[in-house]
Amino acid sequence: MSVALQAQATSAPAIEVADLRKRYGTGDTAVDALKGVDLTVQPGEVIGLIGPSGSGKSTLLKCLGAVTEPSAGRIALSGETVYDGGWQNLDPRALRRDRIGFVFQAPYLIPFLDVTDNVALPLLLAGRSRREARRRARELLAALDVAHRAQAAVAQLSGGEQQRVAIARALANQPPIILADEPTAPLDSERALAVVRILNRMAQQYQTAIIVVTHDEKIIPTFKRLYHIRDGRTYEEAGEGRDFD
Amino acid sequence: MISLAGRDILHSWGKYAFTGLGLGLLIGVTLSMAGIYRGMVDDGKALLTNSGADLWVVQQDTLGPYAEPSSLRDDVYRGLLGLPGVLRAANATYLTMQVQRAGQDTRVMVVGIQPGEPGEPRYLIAGRPLERAHYEAVADVNTGFQLGERIRIRRHDYQVVGLTRRMVSASGDPMVFVPLRDAQEAQFLKDNDAIVNERARVLTNPALNRPGAPGLAEAISRSQESSRMVNAVLVQVAPGWDAEEVAQTIRRWKRLQAYTRPQMEEILIAKLIATSARQIGVFLVILAVVSAAIVSFIIYTMTLGKLREIAVLKLIGARNRTIAGMILQEALGLGLIGFLVGKTVATLWAPHFPKYVLLEPGDAARGFVAVMLICALASTLAIRTALRVDPATAIGG
Ligand SMILES: Nc1ncnc2c1ncn2[C@@H]1O[C@H](COP(=O)(O)OP(=O)(O)OP(=O)(O)O)[C@@H](O)[C@H]1O
Ligand SMILES: [Mg+2]
Repeated sequence: MSVALQAQATSAPAIEVADLRKRYGTGDTAVDALKGVDLTVQPGEVIGLIGPSGSGKSTLLKCLGAVTEPSAGRIALSGETVYDGGWQNLDPRALRRDRIGFVFQAPYLIPFLDVTDNVALPLLLAGRSRREARRRARELLAALDVAHRAQAAVAQLSGGEQQRVAIARALANQPPIILADEPTAPLDSERALAVVRILNRMAQQYQTAIIVVTHDEKIIPTFKRLYHIRDGRTYEEAGEGRDFD
Repeated sequence: MISLAGRDILHSWGKYAFTGLGLGLLIGVTLSMAGIYRGMVDDGKALLTNSGADLWVVQQDTLGPYAEPSSLRDDVYRGLLGLPGVLRAANATYLTMQVQRAGQDTRVMVVGIQPGEPGEPRYLIAGRPLERAHYEAVADVNTGFQLGERIRIRRHDYQVVGLTRRMVSASGDPMVFVPLRDAQEAQFLKDNDAIVNERARVLTNPALNRPGAPGLAEAISRSQESSRMVNAVLVQVAPGWDAEEVAQTIRRWKRLQAYTRPQMEEILIAKLIATSARQIGVFLVILAVVSAAIVSFIIYTMTLGKLREIAVLKLIGARNRTIAGMILQEALGLGLIGFLVGKTVATLWAPHFPKYVLLEPGDAARGFVAVMLICALASTLAIRTALRVDPATAIGG
């Protein structure tokens, strides 16, 4: 499966969204959060998604991540149509587990697991052996410069360390897509930039397509390409793509 | 896959230890209640075994001597001795009363026996059996009496010459064995005032105090002062005879009721302690419901505290089965801790109960299964709540 995905990834966009719509509720209280979103992300690309509060950023991520069912439109991941007016013969839960990594504003690590098991968790849920999962977790922790905290309890980590562990967890299953909702909000500018740097490095290294929702003025200039979302519609925009190294 | 439940329990072991301790005390009470019932049954059996009798002969149409009052003339046993299959027969009296010892009252069952005959306690843990005809006593250790001590029953002092154990009445009063004559006197003899009144009535009755019959009134008065009654005759059946057969003979020819050992057990257990057993049964049901409510409340609260983690687990692809399994295992873990604590405390405090508490391994096993079932049942509310968690809540707004 992953071999096939990789093969497709070289040809097809990692994410392709056409005329995606999402309405919450019905009748008088209905809210049209997405009113026709178009968006394309190539493998290895990190794009920014910005827009005012309530404009539909989180809603878009939830739809892309198969967490919330859209109301209409089409989503293709790595060339495979997964949503077209309905989920296409696949289990959204398995889709989330195998093909998507999530990073949130807060790290939301599992407090009763140690750092390594937190990172290994998606692999364990996918049925890999404990040994293999932990080996892969240690690799990722090393790549994210938190290997020295591998045995620690989650509560003993600093905010920045926790966020890096959360990124490692998102990368564990080598998903072709990572969705990050305001991943730098709680961090100071130096750490925020470090997180973006890591995401860019991971994108290059694993050809992961990454969407970063952000309000953060410090990191917006780093994106080569940005999507503005306003009133449920997306507008593409070239970014500064500033080199922050 | 690693055990999420195990990790969570290890992570917040303090919380689990404390709730497990609380639950354990409750389970300990439950096990003790069952033990009290078993103790009552076992006391009954020990009492029957230790008396060395095969048949209990009592007044017709009564469930005597323990469950109902029964009164027989004290020469009945001689008639029984003549029947085929009867090896030995001896009188016995039973009377629950307060006994004075060093100025303090102790509630006991005073049993009148004929030394060396059925009814005498077969096993002594200290001292010797009754030897003299008067004013000696063999007491159950639960009375707290010491060897050589003097106790007062009614108007006389008795010396404790022997100690026995597991001889308690159905209501748990320890027994004190005294010679039959003394017991009859204590049970049936009237006090001095009553004798004086009785004597005056006989003397003033012209029919009884006739001038032509000197000594008649005196004889009548004397006959009323001594007692010729006992409560039961205990029979030992000759080797090779069937107890029920002998019992039937006694019932048919002597106009008496005779109970075999199984029938006595039935009376003691099914009739005498039936109400207590039902009482304990209701209590056990209440305790089970209370434990279920507590476990379900605890597991529910613990789950509410983990909703965010559960949402994250669902978001990264955990199956419902994985999450339900985690909560179920935590509930069972709590039950296990509770059961271990409960079993321990029940064992520790059992000897401190005034009545015998018998903790049967079978009851413990049944209790364990019940605790596990209750915990599994109690976790359903928490599981339903957890399964309703929307993974979208992990992402937030
Ligand atoms: N579960 C829901 N039910 C009903 N309406 C919702 C729900 N979630 C979001 N909305 C509405 O949809 C719109 C878009 O919300 P969304 O969370 O996507 O905004 P956002 O761009 O992420 O905002 P913010 O920057 O404040 O996080 C808002 O008007 C919001 O009130
Ligand atoms: Mg949002």
